[in-house]
Amino acid sequence: MPGFWINMGPQHPMTHGLWNMKVKVDGETITDARPELGYLHRGVEKISEVREFQKVIVLTDRLCYVSSITWSHAYCLAVEKMMGVEVPERGQYLRVISLELQRIASHLMWLAAYGPDLGLLTVLLWSLRERELFLDLIQLMTGMRMNQNYPRIGGVRNDIPENFEGMCKRSIEHFLEKLRKDYEPMLHDSKVFHMRTQGVGMISAADAIDWGVTGPNLRACGVNVDVRRLDPYEVYEELEFEPQVWKGPDAGDSYSRFICRFNEMRESCKIVLEALAKMPKEGDFRTKPPRRAEGEGYARTEDSRGEALFYVCGDGDDRPYRVKIRSPIFCTLAAAPLMLRGNKLADVVAILGSIDVCVGEIDK
Amino acid sequence: MSAPLVPSLFASCYILTGAIIWIIDQILYAIGVVIPPINDPLHALGGWLASPAVLTVLSWLVMVLVMVIWAVLLNLLTMMWVERKVYSRLQDRYGIMISIWSLPLWPFNRRKDRPTHRGWGYLQNVADGMKLLQKENLVPATADSMMFNIAPAWIAGTTLMVFAALPWSSGLYVANLDLGILFILAAFSLAPLGILIAGWSANNKYTLVGGLRSAAMLMAYEIPLILVVIALVFTTGSLDPQVLVAQQERALVINGVTTPLPAWNLFGPQILGFIIFMVAIVAEMERIPFDLPEADAELVEGWTTELSGMRFGLVFGFKWLRMIAGAGLISILYLGGWSGPVFTTFYLQNVPIPILPEEVWFMLRIYLLGIFFVLLSWSIPRVRIDQILNIGWKRLIPFSLLAIIVAAAARMFGFMG
Repeated sequence: MPGFWINMGPQHPMTHGLWNMKVKVDGETITDARPELGYLHRGVEKISEVREFQKVIVLTDRLCYVSSITWSHAYCLAVEKMMGVEVPERGQYLRVISLELQRIASHLMWLAAYGPDLGLLTVLLWSLRERELFLDLIQLMTGMRMNQNYPRIGGVRNDIPENFEGMCKRSIEHFLEKLRKDYEPMLHDSKVFHMRTQGVGMISAADAIDWGVTGPNLRACGVNVDVRRLDPYEVYEELEFEPQVWKGPDAGDSYSRFICRFNEMRESCKIVLEALAKMPKEGDFRTKPPRRAEGEGYARTEDSRGEALFYVCGDGDDRPYRVKIRSPIFCTLAAAPLMLRGNKLADVVAILGSIDVCVGEIDK
Repeated sequence: MSAPLVPSLFASCYILTGAIIWIIDQILYAIGVVIPPINDPLHALGGWLASPAVLTVLSWLVMVLVMVIWAVLLNLLTMMWVERKVYSRLQDRYGIMISIWSLPLWPFNRRKDRPTHRGWGYLQNVADGMKLLQKENLVPATADSMMFNIAPAWIAGTTLMVFAALPWSSGLYVANLDLGILFILAAFSLAPLGILIAGWSANNKYTLVGGLRSAAMLMAYEIPLILVVIALVFTTGSLDPQVLVAQQERALVINGVTTPLPAWNLFGPQILGFIIFMVAIVAEMERIPFDLPEADAELVEGWTTELSGMRFGLVFGFKWLRMIAGAGLISILYLGGWSGPVFTTFYLQNVPIPILPEEVWFMLRIYLLGIFFVLLSWSIPRVRIDQILNIGWKRLIPFSLLAIIVAAAARMFGFMG
């Protein structure tokens, strides 16, 4: 039997977003795979050329609706480098806090999507329940649950409310307890969960680097990369945290990716509390940036899904001449056929769920 | 010892049918009085209806109808409601809450002063069924329409066939067969053929893969299911549900010592068979760890993808009927069937008066097992097709053969008589 192609998408429960994974199966074994993208192309890079620097943040918020702040922050960082603007220290701390809260919320959304992929719908409801805690914190900070429009060129939009530290502490304490009591028995201790995720979707560290896989997916291969450590931005240099790298056997499978992301949520909780403690109590959180700029700015940050890169070019006008976005998941998806080949049809969801696809940022 | 609520379903249905026929006869005779020319043929018809042969056939039909209403209309809806409520609580939410006061019709929409969507939600499944009834039955243009139409009826029919032999108590059953358990297992294993037909005839890749998965899985769990029942026969010597339950309706005696435990087949050498049966019956019910034919994550809805309207409703809803049948089978084989604990009876002038009838004890077991299966399938992920084949061929079948040897040895050396 030569096998046949199965369309997994664009309308399919496996795809979190609008894209198509064509899978060629021989019986139940995958012999070939081809991702097809472009269903959600909105032309963010092109629209940015006709909007003022400030107004582009609205667009970058919508690059990935589950981690808006991290994308807007990457854009602001690139524009600040072009303009030569220095962000006040308090503003930098506020950015770090919002980035890490957003990272936890994004990872919880990933977990909520990964559970049903494996037939575990309970995890969806639980993760969304815990995500509410962090959406509430983000709402207190920014006034919005989604598409927060929070980072500004030269700082952040507004200060945190009173007693934000106390509320953060209470929520994080509750969250860590839930992770220990609810999620670990459900996922880490489950034999069936291990059966479904261990040893599937293997990609070697060398292959992953060749194909441009970054972020938690590359750390799961055992490579210690984290832009927050390698090329520190904001105040990450002053904070103590450990990039979550998979050290066990079977590096690069779905289980290691799961563990890396899961532990990153705990690590982010620590960063939030540390940043709140070290933050200067008084001071500016924003400087006024120039209206027009000329030159080139380039920033790379550790997004929830990998290495986000923004390149902004100005020609002396009040709007960018050119914006280029590098989406981490776009490159990871290119390596997806490598992970899929030789696995079973049911593993498609176990693999593609674990790399955390977000179509908004892929199609831009 | 306890007594059944319905001493004999056939006798009850015979009385019911006789009463209905008597009323019909009176109407016929009244018509004969009003229209004298047809008086004689009407009397002949009335006499024929009331003759014992016709009455017996009609009461058989009424009995089947009563059992379908009992199983499908009452227990199926209750089991669906239990499942939806229990897994909602597991997921930290209320679940279905539609009540009769949620209807936007005259007698129900008057109570505006209180929140309407705060009911028990029992009618939600009825509402879902009504919605599915109104939907169009689409047949894909390239499908083999005859087989596509037959498949849901096949699955629903074979599932109902189980209830022809499954007794609910020592009185509430349609037919009591000497090989009742064998008949139930045979009727159970007919549905995968319907799944294969439905998946293949729809001419869709998802349904085809789902149907073929069902065919591949069939051997992996049907064989251990039959083998552990063979192991059970070594202990019981019978496949008649009535005999099986009667054997378990006493106190357990180990080496001549009477224990306070009931003599369920679960306690003793059959424990291994019980565990294997529990694992295999989950695959038989197509519940989550083993619901590969309709794995909704990778195969959209598996073999039910192309089914629409009440065709989908039938095959989807009858999953719970299979769950009831499976739970009933487990309780008859291993958990003492409808026997209540000894203290449920007290004697009034040497006549045993049961505190609860047998049907209640049986349904208690069914629903407790149902809750167990619900909690199980909503807290573990779905296994892969090669993994279920591994579990079936490399674990369940060897262990069920071991269960046969253990049961035979226990029989030979006289452990637990």
